[in-house]
Amino acid sequence: MDARITLHVDGVARSLTVDTRTSLLDALRDHLGAMSPKKGCDHGQCGACTVLLDGRRATTCLAFAVAHDGATIITAQGLANGDGLHEMQRAFLDHDGFQCGYCTPGQICSAVGMLEEAEAGHPSHVTQDLTGPVVLTDDEIRERMSGNLCRCGAYVNIVAAIREVARKEGSA
Amino acid sequence: MNPFAYERASNAAGAVAAVAGHPGAAFLGGGTNLVDHMRLGVASPDLLVDITKLPFDRVEELPSGGVRIGAGVRNSDLAADQLIRSRYPMLSQALLSGASGQLRNLATTGGNLLQRTRCVYFQDVTTPCNKREPGTGCSAIGGYTRYHAILGASEHCVAVHPSDMAVAMVALDATVVVLGRLGERRVKLVEFHRLPGDDPWQDTVLGHGELIVAVELPALPFATRSAYRKVRDRASFAFALVSVAAALDVEGGTVRDARVALGGVAHKPWRATQAEAALRGAPATAESFRRAADAELAAARPLDGNAYKIPMVRNTMVAVLRDLSAEATP
Repeated sequence: MDARITLHVDGVARSLTVDTRTSLLDALRDHLGAMSPKKGCDHGQCGACTVLLDGRRATTCLAFAVAHDGATIITAQGLANGDGLHEMQRAFLDHDGFQCGYCTPGQICSAVGMLEEAEAGHPSHVTQDLTGPVVLTDDEIRERMSGNLCRCGAYVNIVAAIREVARKEGSA
Repeated sequence: MNPFAYERASNAAGAVAAVAGHPGAAFLGGGTNLVDHMRLGVASPDLLVDITKLPFDRVEELPSGGVRIGAGVRNSDLAADQLIRSRYPMLSQALLSGASGQLRNLATTGGNLLQRTRCVYFQDVTTPCNKREPGTGCSAIGGYTRYHAILGASEHCVAVHPSDMAVAMVALDATVVVLGRLGERRVKLVEFHRLPGDDPWQDTVLGHGELIVAVELPALPFATRSAYRKVRDRASFAFALVSVAAALDVEGGTVRDARVALGGVAHKPWRATQAEAALRGAPATAESFRRAADAELAAARPLDGNAYKIPMVRNTMVAVLRDLSAEATP
């Protein structure tokens, strides 16, 4: 069954017709050509499809596009300002925060969303004092990024990249 | 995936009417479990009624000192809520131990309660499963049972409920507020999920078309001293092997009151009433805590692959209670 929806993707309003069964991920990739969100597991377990959905990091494989009519989506590609890289993208390059690169767009969107959660004072599973300030130690970064798998095992450098951006922003 | 129609509900009564009047309909919340089940063939609704725009996204203090949590509140927002963090820390901890950051941003309070077991056989449509297809048998019994139940199971199903949030909520004596065609009713969370018995396909006492609108937590002053500990195969983003939620009220070295619930051990979040009874009035010592755990575990019936859960529950419960009682004696 078809539905007509509009998605605001990386700053552009895009109208499209989707079968109700279409995931948000497939709508982005197959209908709109937004290829930076990747299909890894398609079960919410790997994080490769992570985007910023209405400002918050979310997996797009476990969402139906039709249920997000009107949503604002920022993909890893949309974080850049043309050729000017987002500071998280720059940090992943500077620290070699990837090998094959497949999980990288999801890692970067997740990291950007994660830093905003930390800035808003949200605790994590490893936060000792639930009501205290959040300091992004490496343990905190690892826990908060556990929804993004990297089968190349670039975790050490991913943490280094995120740590650098967090320090610049004063949260680590 | 089977084709389905989609409607976005604009009010709760309309959502209830739409699902109640249509046998193949289901509510759609965050979708983190349902979408996966539809892709796997475990669920195949032909109508989804989207309830995410209903005004159930608030956490409010009740005049009684308790808290009312809207069914649509996202797991991440509930974990970060200041009332929950300060008054019911075990609930924040339980939420934060579940899933991943991006899933908690999608998943809702009502959906978390209604998520279904991660039993590998339930999720594999090529294997018999009484929960998925009534009467086909249980593939777990005699199969791979490392993740399965040690309490309250039946010969028809040994699955466990996967929620962390619900374990903390059941320890906190939560009430589920449900809207049906005939109006609202309130169900104690401890009675909301069922044991498998002869009809393991029924996870809860909800009827078709009944909608969770809120979860209420009564005031529990001593829950400021509470904790949730989860034991799992990896340090993050994994379901519990076992978990313990506990709150402890200790005065002068004696336990005045206690709340204990277990996860990963049964078809429902397991309120450890035997342990609580053993703790009340007992000295706050490791020996009492062990006795309390043993009182609860006396009914445990392990399967071939999960006898390890018995000492794991005992050790985890003792550790959590010991830490909480240490906080009480500065």
